[in-house]
Amino acid sequence: MHETVVAENVLRTILEHAEKLKARPVRALVSCGQFNALNEEAMKFAFETAAAGTVCQGMLLQIRQIPLRAVCRPCRTVFELNLMTPLCPQCRSEDFDIEPDAPLLLEEIEFEDKQ
Amino acid sequence: MKVSLNQKILSRNEEAAAKNRQFFAEHKVFCLNVISSPGAGKTALLERTIRDLKEQFSIGVIEGDIETDNDARRIQAAGARAFQIETKGACHLSAEQVQNALKMIDAQTLDLVFIENVGNLVCPSAFDLGESGRVVILSVPEGDDKPAKYPGTFAGASVIVLNKIDLLPYVPFDLSRVLADIHTVNPQAPVLQLSAATGEGIDAWYDWLRRHLEKKQP
Ligand SMILES: Nc1nc2c(ncn2[C@@H]2O[C@H](COP(=O)(O)OP(=O)(O)O)[C@@H](O)[C@H]2O)c(=O)[nH]1
Ligand SMILES: [Mg+2]
Ligand SMILES: [Zn+2]
Repeated sequence: MHETVVAENVLRTILEHAEKLKARPVRALVSCGQFNALNEEAMKFAFETAAAGTVCQGMLLQIRQIPLRAVCRPCRTVFELNLMTPLCPQCRSEDFDIEPDAPLLLEEIEFEDKQ
Repeated sequence: MKVSLNQKILSRNEEAAAKNRQFFAEHKVFCLNVISSPGAGKTALLERTIRDLKEQFSIGVIEGDIETDNDARRIQAAGARAFQIETKGACHLSAEQVQNALKMIDAQTLDLVFIENVGNLVCPSAFDLGESGRVVILSVPEGDDKPAKYPGTFAGASVIVLNKIDLLPYVPFDLSRVLADIHTVNPQAPVLQLSAATGEGIDAWYDWLRRHLEKKQP
């Protein structure tokens, strides 16, 4: 599963920042689009496995799935595209342009506040 | 304390992919990343393509497989340079692995490089290899629900090959549903219906290749 590689890359970045800040990471937020097909459970499991024995062990990994959006050609409505029923919700047209899928991002990391 | 990053997670792979892309542009090499489920006919299509086009173009193949170098040997027997990457369990090729393999086949002297990715319809599509274009192969016996199940892979294709059409009379397969589902996520990519086994429909594939080899763009 490509979740393993994604998790390893996320972990490496968090460890770099933890080292620089000399702080313990407690939470990280990853976001991805629908086309990335990132499986949430597999991702969490891969991250836990990779993080075992590091300062990231036990931290919370949040995954935000960003829906695919499309623009209707006839009526210009921007809508969340459901691939099972690919229709404009406003005018029922099947003529639309899909917007670029959201990239796979490490959005933010939260560190424990130092006393 | 919160640190905002908004950093691309696969940026290391993307940097290596950018180098490969530069290499292809510099040496005028057309490179296709071939993605499908195991057994859809990637190697079969490449073998036939090499046999039919090797007098016109110099062709090399980078083979990705979890284990064994069988496919590389099939390609060599068909008459092209081949290098096998054994991923040892990984479900996709990375741009770095391709970078090394390009040296092994002297890719700068070739017109056309195929990368046969690891058989998997999900994972390879997240990893840019720096290719000029992407070929996604779907074969008839896999079923007609695959474009709906794996939209990201079909959305990223420059061309889609529907292989094993010689089996259409024998298995249930709703061709119009497949074409509609592909059209939803990727209205630009041509869908080429062919059989790598019998050669039916193969000329449209060769025409597509020749056209893009002339302009070296997907
Ligand atoms: N009937 C039929 N069989 C095919 C066709 N293309 C490939 N095959 C068979 O499908 C199997 C898998 O092909 P292969 O090229 O190894 O698939 P790969 O795993 O995607 O590289 C082999 O037994 C091929 O002979 C085709 O167009 N029609
Ligand atoms: Mg093969
Ligand atoms: Zn509309």
